[in-house]
Amino acid sequence: MQRNNCRQFKAIVIGVSTGGVSALTQLLGALPADFPIPILIVCHITPDSDDGLAKLLNTLCTIRVREADEQETITSDTVYLAPANYHLLVERGGILALSIDPPVNFARPSVDVLFESAAEVYGTELIGVILTGAGSDGSKGLLKIKNNGGVAVVQDPTDAEMNSMPGSALRLLNADHVVRLKEISGLLVRLAGDKP
Amino acid sequence: MITDELVDIEIKLLMDGVYQVYGYDFREYSEASLRRRLTQWLSNSGFATFSLAQSQLLRDRALFDTLLRGITVNVSEMFRDPAFFKAVREHVVPHLKTYPFVKIWHAGCASGEEAYSMAILLLEEGFKGRFRIYATDINEEVIRKAQEGIYPLKEMQHFTRNYQQAGGTGSFSDYYTARYEHAIISPKLRENIVFAAHNLAVDSDFGEMNLILCRNVMIYFKQPLKEKVLGLLDRSLTHGGYLCLGTKESLNQRQIAGHYEAIAPRMQIYRKQYAKK
Repeated sequence: MQRNNCRQFKAIVIGVSTGGVSALTQLLGALPADFPIPILIVCHITPDSDDGLAKLLNTLCTIRVREADEQETITSDTVYLAPANYHLLVERGGILALSIDPPVNFARPSVDVLFESAAEVYGTELIGVILTGAGSDGSKGLLKIKNNGGVAVVQDPTDAEMNSMPGSALRLLNADHVVRLKEISGLLVRLAGDKP
Repeated sequence: MITDELVDIEIKLLMDGVYQVYGYDFREYSEASLRRRLTQWLSNSGFATFSLAQSQLLRDRALFDTLLRGITVNVSEMFRDPAFFKAVREHVVPHLKTYPFVKIWHAGCASGEEAYSMAILLLEEGFKGRFRIYATDINEEVIRKAQEGIYPLKEMQHFTRNYQQAGGTGSFSDYYTARYEHAIISPKLRENIVFAAHNLAVDSDFGEMNLILCRNVMIYFKQPLKEKVLGLLDRSLTHGGYLCLGTKESLNQRQIAGHYEAIAPRMQIYRKQYAKK
């Protein structure tokens, strides 16, 4: 925990599936508008969804939430949501990229795709978070974050609406933090060095 | 991580070599997706690193072809983004109907699903014998697949749903024949489509098109290549013609944006103005 205090994180990536809307509303709703680290999120949604979820979260949260655009430069104080039917990736230099490559783990956007590309770009300066969801998408990506020296956070499966996604991650790796949903925003604020 | 940085360097060197030996230019492709696709190829190739693979890749065309397939294969579906095809029907087709003959370029057609979708749409709108679709892709193998028009039967349920949401006026099952596990696209759709290999990064423009579709192709390109390709598409389009991009692409802040008008909000359908450049 203490080693984190001298670390500057460049990004937080979050993966969530079933139960995502309420989990994200709670987590992002508790973050301050000037939260200093950009957040990139893959939430499994149906392919024909529009940007309704981003708009909804933007209304419910003080921090700015929007759908990711291709080749947009990532800035802090902003939460980027992967658009429906596209994978979201990170380029070197902190630029967002989209792809229509085949679904991974039956999902597009896929959590693994985001996490693996972010791990390659940010290395130790990355926090990965797996929240509630069915399936196992995100486990391999979180392992890569861990292997590249980043921080792995997993929602306590007993606290999750659907426990298989966090459970699968915990079977694959030793998470740095296993916490309840309501504690995650506080943890992120602490890791950001922005004492509440 | 050090190893990831090394991989980046190896990919850069390999792409330089590929360009010099085979003429395919992937140096302007955006790195994240390229790296993902290449890494996938490497893990199935038996080579431990790109450096070890490079020597053989630059000498063995058949091996290089497997790499090319891995880098350039795009997937699509019939009537991908039904709302887009609906918008074409509502906003573009009425204008196209005023022409005696309509030429369409589908740039980056992959295995042909969207080109066949466009043929269905135009036949239903009464364009029989009055249109030609030039469907091109960088990947020659994929073009052959597109030409065959054979898709897994299990996809048809999904495609049918897309077709209905896109405002299809007939019955989707009229457009294919089911045989064992496959659906074979009706020959009447194929007779209006010319499939050809074309590389947007290095080949020249196509003449006098009334409608160009280039959807989710340039999301894999870096800015300079994107601008270059948009210039190519612009030169290939008649005044008053339509340019259609993917739903997450936009002409915003692009060099050619000035003489294009957005027709359908969120659908990325643009019309080239008549005004002199």
